[in-house]
Amino acid sequence: MTFSPELEAKFEKLLRSYPPGRQRSALIPMLMFAQDEVGSVTPEVIAEIAARIGISELQVREVLSYYSMLHTKPMGKYHIQVCTNISCLLTGGEEIWEQARKKLGCGHKEVTADGQFSLEEVECIGACSWAPAIQVNYDFHHNVTPEKFNALIDSLRKLH
Amino acid sequence: MADSVNLTIDGKAVQAAPGTLVIDAAKKVGIEIPAFCYWEGLTLQAACRMCLVEVERMPKLMTACTLTVAEGMVVRTETPLVAEARKSMLEFVLTNHPLDCPVCDKGGECELQDMTFRYGAGEGRFDEMKVHVDEKQWSPVVYFDAPRCILCYRCVRICDEGMGVDALGVIYRGVVSEIAPNKEDHLQCDECGMCIDICPVGALTSGMYRYRTRPWEMEHTGTICAHCSNGCKTTLGTRNGQIIRGNNRDKSGINGEFLCIKGRYAFDFNSHPERLQSPLMRIGGKLEPVSWSRAIGEVARRFTEIRERGGRFGVVGSNRTSNEENYYLQKFARQGLGTNNIDHRRTGDVPALIDALAGRTGVLATVKDVYTAKASLVIGSDLAQQHPLLAYQLRANWRHHQSHTYTVTRGPVREDKYSVHGVRVEPGAELGALESLRDQLKAEPELVILFGDAIKGEAVRRLVEFGDSLGIPVKYICLVDYSNSRGAVDMGLLPHLGPGYQGVENPGMSLPEMLAAEDLDAFWVVGANPLEHNKLAADRAFVVVHDLFLTETAERADVVFPAASAYEKNGTVTNVCGEVQHLRSAVQTMGVKTDLEILGLLSKEMRINLGMWTPESVLREIRQTVRGYNVALPVIAAGGAAQSLPLNGRVTLDSRPELIQSAGDTLFTSGTLGRYSKTLLSVLEYPGVLYGEAAEPEADRR
Amino acid sequence: MLYNEPSPLEVKVLSRRFGLPDSQSINTYLAHEGYQAFRKAAAMTPDDIINEVKISSLRGRGGAGFPTGMKWSFVPRNSPKPKYIVVNADESEPGTCKDRLLMEYDPHQLIEGMMIAGLAVDAHTGYIYIRGEYRYLINLMDRAIAEAYERGYLGKNIQGTGFDFDVYTHTGAGAYECGEESALLESLEGKRGIPRIRPPFPAVSGAFQCPTVLNNVETYCAVPAIIRDGGAAFAALGTPKNGGTRLFCLSGHVNRPGVYELPMGFNLLRMINEVGGGVRGGKKLKAVIPGGSSCPVLKAEECDLAMDFDTVAQAKSMLGSGGVVVMDEDTCMVKAALRIMKFYAHESCGWCIPCREGTIWLRKLLDRFHAGFGQQGDIPLIGEVAKNMLGRTFCPLGDAAAMPTISFVEKFYDEFEAHLDGKPCPYEEVNRFALA
Ligand SMILES: Cc1cc2nc3c(=O)[nH]c(=O)nc-3n(C[C@H](O)[C@H](O)[C@H](O)COP(=O)(O)O)c2cc1C
Ligand code: SF4
Ligand code: FES
Repeated sequence: MTFSPELEAKFEKLLRSYPPGRQRSALIPMLMFAQDEVGSVTPEVIAEIAARIGISELQVREVLSYYSMLHTKPMGKYHIQVCTNISCLLTGGEEIWEQARKKLGCGHKEVTADGQFSLEEVECIGACSWAPAIQVNYDFHHNVTPEKFNALIDSLRKLH
Repeated sequence: MADSVNLTIDGKAVQAAPGTLVIDAAKKVGIEIPAFCYWEGLTLQAACRMCLVEVERMPKLMTACTLTVAEGMVVRTETPLVAEARKSMLEFVLTNHPLDCPVCDKGGECELQDMTFRYGAGEGRFDEMKVHVDEKQWSPVVYFDAPRCILCYRCVRICDEGMGVDALGVIYRGVVSEIAPNKEDHLQCDECGMCIDICPVGALTSGMYRYRTRPWEMEHTGTICAHCSNGCKTTLGTRNGQIIRGNNRDKSGINGEFLCIKGRYAFDFNSHPERLQSPLMRIGGKLEPVSWSRAIGEVARRFTEIRERGGRFGVVGSNRTSNEENYYLQKFARQGLGTNNIDHRRTGDVPALIDALAGRTGVLATVKDVYTAKASLVIGSDLAQQHPLLAYQLRANWRHHQSHTYTVTRGPVREDKYSVHGVRVEPGAELGALESLRDQLKAEPELVILFGDAIKGEAVRRLVEFGDSLGIPVKYICLVDYSNSRGAVDMGLLPHLGPGYQGVENPGMSLPEMLAAEDLDAFWVVGANPLEHNKLAADRAFVVVHDLFLTETAERADVVFPAASAYEKNGTVTNVCGEVQHLRSAVQTMGVKTDLEILGLLSKEMRINLGMWTPESVLREIRQTVRGYNVALPVIAAGGAAQSLPLNGRVTLDSRPELIQSAGDTLFTSGTLGRYSKTLLSVLEYPGVLYGEAAEPEADRR
Repeated sequence: MLYNEPSPLEVKVLSRRFGLPDSQSINTYLAHEGYQAFRKAAAMTPDDIINEVKISSLRGRGGAGFPTGMKWSFVPRNSPKPKYIVVNADESEPGTCKDRLLMEYDPHQLIEGMMIAGLAVDAHTGYIYIRGEYRYLINLMDRAIAEAYERGYLGKNIQGTGFDFDVYTHTGAGAYECGEESALLESLEGKRGIPRIRPPFPAVSGAFQCPTVLNNVETYCAVPAIIRDGGAAFAALGTPKNGGTRLFCLSGHVNRPGVYELPMGFNLLRMINEVGGGVRGGKKLKAVIPGGSSCPVLKAEECDLAMDFDTVAQAKSMLGSGGVVVMDEDTCMVKAALRIMKFYAHESCGWCIPCREGTIWLRKLLDRFHAGFGQQGDIPLIGEVAKNMLGRTFCPLGDAAAMPTISFVEKFYDEFEAHLDGKPCPYEEVNRFALA
């Protein structure tokens, strides 16, 4: 399968980043970057990356299924990740989570009907001192309140 | 480094080599430390935590499976703390384990049951919902029930490390971690069942065996696999006269824990519905069932008549019948019928090797040598496909001793993965290609050379010359195809060589010559199928066939004797390395007789005295008269392998290399016999490929 | 803009450049003593560098607090294999968010720390393993690395010293276990994040089975200051055997949560009250997790203690990764224990039996318990199941899950009892039928 020139360049660089014969090291970064471009780790992506690295598809699936950020089904355009771990829990993370479910009308690892949003309850994302926190794709949002959350979703919706 | 380390385990003084694991050191002095994930010879996991022991001056319990012995170390394996740790591990593992022992195939021989019985908590304190996943079928022979799996990773390792296949992996993580097959929802692999055998619980079960019996209802008979020449021991579990499973869980025999799909599952030809159970005679142009006495009487009458009028016999022996049967058959032909027209399907040039090595000692490799030799050279064989046990030994040798492997083959082979040098050659150019390896091989301390049918006739002598020129100790294995191909040669199923490579005065016809001889009067085929791809030129010849099935050859017969299979008889067979092993009858099929008995009855009817026809008496004669076969009886009787060494003299060579050709069976074929194994036919991989020559089926590539 | 206002009580060593305009650029870094320590180290012998680090009493900031100088000295000198510098930027311990800032505000300080480590052990390649969630930091670090190459601070013959050094970033993909050093190395090699059997330790056989120094981001970031100002000066900032400062991540029920650089040994109560502005809403303090979710919880009355590795250990907890999680009087401790266990059950790699089965058992048990379906016998059972994991798992994740649980049960037994016999949780409404 073909990837964008930017992604190809990234792959190219990755394969040079590790000692000779250790190109398997590029596997996880490749899966992450390919997922960003394709939307999920599809069977085609698995086959392609396996072939490029010279490992079996099973070896790719073993790794893929281990990591929680890699998924085989497409998520929404905006993947809303709500942390409810201890620091966020203490500062209202659960309320944000409830709010998110209500606002988006979908649950954990579900995608809205229009494919715009998906929701995931995640473990600590490293924003504990500015909790509660969420991530929209890779962007952090700190000190979130239900109101701020609503406003954020509304503004993302308006982008369309 | 010291030669040995002194330590104390449970108060016993123990000496062990440096680097020994505590779990092995303990075993040596009879102290069993329980373990699920530890498996001798496979990589360490330390995952099950059953082997935790107390070690003085260590703050925590240590895993005996990863801890190496140290001078002065004091280990305790039965303290209250250790007992409690074991109990808690069992409690943990049982939380999500279904308690379906009453219907589980493994019940009765389950390591988890046994450990729970010995160390476990009688009562569970787990009140929550168990994780459930539905059972899956991964291939005709492999089923997987994830909830029963305790994640010891034995299957993953035996497949990857042991078999070199790597068809199993682990997906997901945490409590939902699951063993997964290489093709997403199914397996594409050797179908060897090693994963099933090594599974401590009933997570991996066999399509052949599941839900068919309880283990304690079976009888177990250790015998030798009926298929390839490697001669693995297989323990047949039988019930009500049926073979229900084959395995080698006691790890005895030359194959240790190893079995391939044929040894483990392809016993099913034995109860194939088309098995012949009555003699057949051509009456009015059709083969009709007749009584044994009528069939024997008819054959004896015709044979006597042909012999008396000086007619021409052609006798074809088998690659699978026992040494005793082969010996008796050639004696029958030579002494009873007065003919040297006897042959079999020749699959490797053993006589040429015996001749080239005449007078030497220590030059014939055993199966064990393939595991211990510092270096090996494989010429013209796809070893993993054609000689699964030898390939397994070679892989283990590389894993455990970093041995060097060289391959000279016409296409890619599994051994490439770990060979230090692989040479690709056009068929026929194998010998020439060796020159390019000369310098590397010379630097090896020793070498085992395994060669296939590409090296035959003069080439064998040149190969041995090459070996001599290396200036290092070299041992040889001439690769042959079937379970007693080697024994057929040793016993003299050859027109020019009698038992023990004795030249005969008037060499007879070879098999192709018999087939072509229009004036043949009788054609007698004992356990072979020469007419599968050939025609018998002699239209009027009286044809007698012994077989399990109505093969192409049997269909042409005038009399067909229903023969017992290798699993239904006693006797000996000789494997590819010349190792003699005991066949033990595991079952009886109604209506059949062993070939030896058929020969005996015929000789009696014909009033030819060839001696008693019990396996014991014939073996006695073989040991006395066949060169190289004075092997130690107790070894064989005890289920061991004794190597025959027929090297004490030259062989009058009339090698006819053009007659030698391997059938090229794969892991999933086994000559005609393989066609009657539903299991072999049912796997996706059937009929398999050699040297990666056929591309993967299109449908299977995504 | 900083994430939180600094505190006047801070002692800024590692965070000294935080808040400077354009603080991530190499220009800013060079204008503020950047790469001077590297020049100094390049003129020192490897032994001297390691010795300086030993003198500094720097202890690993990733959690275990192992003396860094000693760790570096374990790297075999005459191994013919290449050696590697690996940065643990997986930062996944709940309660911890400091490495983020160190990379975001001062990426070159990390690069310089890696280079000095490289000089100390003769390594010429470094990898920064950054958790996948920190994608913006990977981009940011990549830019900083590119800048360093452009300006001759990475690559061949750096600044004429004859020293070669390359740095690469590597992304994780969501797995707490990959913060464990050997699992991280597996992940770096493109495998599942399953820890390795030790020995051998990474110093002998780490990345690509070669000798490897593996430290936390903050640990490396402390190195330039140690070389620049001397190990003794760094050591003097802290308490005996606990040199320097540390970035504490104050979170939970405090008025001014944030990441603050304070001397080792700073008093915990002062940290909460003076740095953090006290418990939110004027409530009473109930408990503190002093070093990330793996550490046993401290009751309010245990909190008057110096925050260094040894003192916290004496209090039967751990300084851990510096994540100080403050809980006020209205916090349900059963809920807290449950949430923490939910995390460990989710993150257990599943390799060994006690961790895989123990974490999920405890999570289900606590879930049921918190929902009001607990029985008297469940309370000791929670403790016993956790104790059965303790010290018996393949890697410390099992301990990390067991230790806080045991402390929650022991120290807040009454709160567990208050949930018994179908009584509702005293602190919040629980949907009894939403058992996960
Ligand atoms: C389960 C587990 C998770 C860990 N996560 C991290 C982490 O996210 N970041 C980190 O620096 N160290 C983490 N550690 C500690 C590392 O194993 C290792 O001790 C540390 O990176 C060494 O660096 P240091 O000596 O500089 O602390 C973790 C340990 C365990 C057992
Ligand atoms: S390797 Fe040969 S002898 Fe062994 S089990 Fe397989 S077919 Fe039978
Ligand atoms: S045998 Fe040691 S942990 Fe499994």
